[in-house]
Amino acid sequence: MRWIWIDGFTEFVSGKRATAFKNLDAADEQLQEHFPEYPVMPPSLMIEGMAQTAGILVGESRQFRENVILAKIRNARFEAYCTPGDTIRYEAILESLDESGATSSGKVFRNEKEIGQVDLMFSHVDPATNQLDLPDHNFVFTDQFIQLLDDYRAGQALS
Amino acid sequence: MPMSRDEVFTKVQGVLIEALGVDEDEITELATLQGDLDAESIDFLDIVFRLEKAFSIKIPRGELFPDEILSNPDYVENGKLTSTGLAKMKGSMPHADFSDFEQDPDVSKMPDLFTVGTIINYVQSKLGGVPA
Repeated sequence: MRWIWIDGFTEFVSGKRATAFKNLDAADEQLQEHFPEYPVMPPSLMIEGMAQTAGILVGESRQFRENVILAKIRNARFEAYCTPGDTIRYEAILESLDESGATSSGKVFRNEKEIGQVDLMFSHVDPATNQLDLPDHNFVFTDQFIQLLDDYRAGQALS
Repeated sequence: MPMSRDEVFTKVQGVLIEALGVDEDEITELATLQGDLDAESIDFLDIVFRLEKAFSIKIPRGELFPDEILSNPDYVENGKLTSTGLAKMKGSMPHADFSDFEQDPDVSKMPDLFTVGTIINYVQSKLGGVPA
């Protein structure tokens, strides 16, 4: 199953900040039932979108050596709905990073208007030494995630 | 000039309000993080990150909240810290008050060592104020 809630990056500054976007389409599966005749993007999936934006930022800053696990939603606040036709933008800033984990702060935009704040904490799990009985390979940063970053960098190289 | 204990307390209070979603008046020096303030294990890492930012200090992992001692079979026997384990724990946590715990060093009572006052002692020692 494809579990990627961002379409791409528009900015990626290693170890510092990243901006990703997600275009909402009336045909999107998650909007079919949420809610019938009143499609709005579930805020929980917007938190996931921010987690993916910030999570890739965290993972890349340590060369994807560890699995980066969303450990805690420190703060999440939304002031408006996002609906089909909107572009959601996630701006994530890496606040702190070390061997145990990382924290990020982030703003959410509906088109150009800021509508929310999502601050997160991540935990690092080294695939070689994890004690949580997780898979022994990097199961977080699959090819699909890496591709998003590669696509951004390819676009930057061409521009 | 080192921060006073009251100044450290106020900042620690702010950290815990944000990290744990507790009310200001719940945070006293004797309040235990898990028993009184309902902190979960992942909150400890969050508290460490927030303390680092609030006080502009670096907290080596395992220094404020040591946890590796419990996984060493030489230090734990029948659910209690051995005398060696207790000595090791006291050495690792000079910022904690062991006077009650050492009467019965049951591992299940370990969380009681982690109080608001413990954090304040630790931060003050990091800031070069009162030793832990």
